Amino acid sequence: MNILSLRNVVKRYEKHTAVNDVSFDIPKGKIFGMLGPNGAGKTSLIRMITSITKADEGKILIDGEPLNAMHPMQIGYLPEERGLYKKMKVGEQLLYLARLKGLTQKDARNKLNGWLEKFEITDWWNKKVGELSKGMQQKVQFIACVVHDPKLMILDEPFSGLDPINTNLIKDEIYEMNKNGTSIIFSTHRMEQVEQICEEIVLMNQGKVVLEGNVKNIKNDFRDDKFELEFDGQFPSDMLGDSFEILKDDAISCVIQAKEGHDSNELLRGLMDKNIKINSFKEVLPSLNDIFIKKVGESNE
Amino acid sequence: MSKVNLIIGREYWTRVKTKTFLLTTFLAPIAIALFYAVLIFFMTRGSDKTKNITIIDKAGLAEKIEMKKNNLVFDLSNESLVQLKEKYKAGDIDGIIELPPLDSTQDKYNIVYHADKALALDESSAIEKMFSKPIRDYKMTAFGFEQSQLDKIDTDIEISPQTVNETEKELSSITGLVSSGVGFIVGTVLFFVIMIFGSQVMRGVNEEKLNRIVEVLISSVKPIQLMLGKVIGIGLVGLTQFGIWAILGSVISIGALAFFGLDAGMADPAANEMAAEAMANPEIKSKMAEILKELSTINWGLIIPLYFVYFLLGYMMYASVFAAVGAAAGDDVNEAQALTTVVMVPLAAAFYIAISAAQSPDSTLAVWSSIIPISAPVVMPVRLASGPPAWEIILSVVLCALFVVFMIWLASRIYRVGIMMYGKKASFKELAKWIAYRD
Repeated sequence: MNILSLRNVVKRYEKHTAVNDVSFDIPKGKIFGMLGPNGAGKTSLIRMITSITKADEGKILIDGEPLNAMHPMQIGYLPEERGLYKKMKVGEQLLYLARLKGLTQKDARNKLNGWLEKFEITDWWNKKVGELSKGMQQKVQFIACVVHDPKLMILDEPFSGLDPINTNLIKDEIYEMNKNGTSIIFSTHRMEQVEQICEEIVLMNQGKVVLEGNVKNIKNDFRDDKFELEFDGQFPSDMLGDSFEILKDDAISCVIQAKEGHDSNELLRGLMDKNIKINSFKEVLPSLNDIFIKKVGESNE
Repeated sequence: MSKVNLIIGREYWTRVKTKTFLLTTFLAPIAIALFYAVLIFFMTRGSDKTKNITIIDKAGLAEKIEMKKNNLVFDLSNESLVQLKEKYKAGDIDGIIELPPLDSTQDKYNIVYHADKALALDESSAIEKMFSKPIRDYKMTAFGFEQSQLDKIDTDIEISPQTVNETEKELSSITGLVSSGVGFIVGTVLFFVIMIFGSQVMRGVNEEKLNRIVEVLISSVKPIQLMLGKVIGIGLVGLTQFGIWAILGSVISIGALAFFGLDAGMADPAANEMAAEAMANPEIKSKMAEILKELSTINWGLIIPLYFVYFLLGYMMYASVFAAVGAAAGDDVNEAQALTTVVMVPLAAAFYIAISAAQSPDSTLAVWSSIIPISAPVVMPVRLASGPPAWEIILSVVLCALFVVFMIWLASRIYRVGIMMYGKKASFKELAKWIAYRD
């Protein structure tokens, strides 16, 4: 079952097509990465999913149902550009935002108390948002986004502007919510974050999906015969000949690129022939960043 | 609907609970009252230091004039000018008036005032006034009129309007004056209220756009709900403030009446004297009574609810446009100002028409602009006290209501696009496109 299905979704603005015939599925209970550079159409897509705008063409299904007026209550959205009422107190503000998501005063109060305790910020209730630091405001914003227990959470660049401690705090919360069954869409242009967090991704560029699937599978598909070696002794650079190229070489390890038609066995055999003691040997899979650059290069051509 | 209520609640309470609201609500009337008090104080006070002026009367007018006028105390003397000048130098008197002999053939009469310090404006006009009637009487007598004829020469002219249809309410000579006064006050208040609270709506919307909270809000509620919630919430703040002012105003005026009326001895003697003087003057007393009577003949039971109806219509009409402007404008102050003119020009025009309508409530301009929705909410209330025909009021309310619906629709079209549009300059051409945008 898919929490979200997009079918041939199109969003046009005056002079350009922000989302151009996009289709993909997001399975329930997954942390799903939506990747792409700025202007790829991620935010336009999110705005359609959150009912802020409407698709010009195509269908958006939440949990199998076409998008309707009740869905926004089941979605939690942390926008990239975030803001709060500066002059309002943290407590009042969170209550207000929670009640706009359909919670009763009492439920909202209880849930908020739980979250404030969890983040150890119960004493912020009567503080004005303007008095908090930017990182602190992000925590408040995160609570506003999750307080109504959404079944789908959309996080647009959730870690931008957070220090490492708060990044980890939020990351842990994301994992925990996911463990409790919340599906999560994680939109970012920072590829390395996705590799750590997401199981499945979709890669967008210029309004189109260029790549989608399981992160591991994608990486395997894009393996490019790079190997990392650790060994004792001097590296016999003469033995490589034209078949291999050293990409990186330092005291501990080196990265070697096998050229077209040559493989790891050939490399190992050669090294063993020279009696070099190999401590470790592993394939270096390309980073999503590399894959992205490769893919976008192709789609731009 | 419950979400709109939530938004209204936030807009209302976050404003009403601030210190600024308390300050403006309670200090603004005090400030205005103080301003008028100071103004009246300086205007009525004029010259207060007693001046002893000696008159050398060569005209024989002395017995016909009062010997005391405001701060001026007069004294007749047979001494010569030279002697009096010595007295002046010694500081015994403050000035010398020399009245030359009268000549009925001259149309100019030159009174000489000897002193080193000129008379204040109010003092010289008091002196001129004091002598004008005796001199006229003198001349008339010289022309052969009898004293008994002179007594009858002054005529008090008054135009008393009479209704043609017996069903119309009785008119009096000051009906027009009183209804103009009421209309003028109401028109001014409505103009300022619409402008002040309308621009609060604009600032509120613009703040939400610029601090980007709108993105979170719009993912929970529809843009039009957000817009209406804000417009209504701030409108209620305005009503609250006026409610408090109305209550405060009546409490204070009742209190003041009780204080000055019943406890006269305690009040400032000077003010008391003035009030007593005014009340003793039968002319002022009867005018006051007439004004009060005239005020009581106005159909307040009908007119006050209509004031509120027009406030609501006018406020909704303009505040929704203000909301659209706030949504369209970015953080560029000039841009916001250029857009604000769209609202301010018709509103200011309506206000000027309203002022002229206070003077002539049945002019063609006043009638039409009290029916055309853009100006009606400010102009019609001005005319109400003078009793315009019922069909004009009904037509005007209906047209305004329809126009309000149209303006809310139009504004919400601009609002929903503008609120999410960053970094794009909102030209009027651009705005026209936004109206046509699909969601």
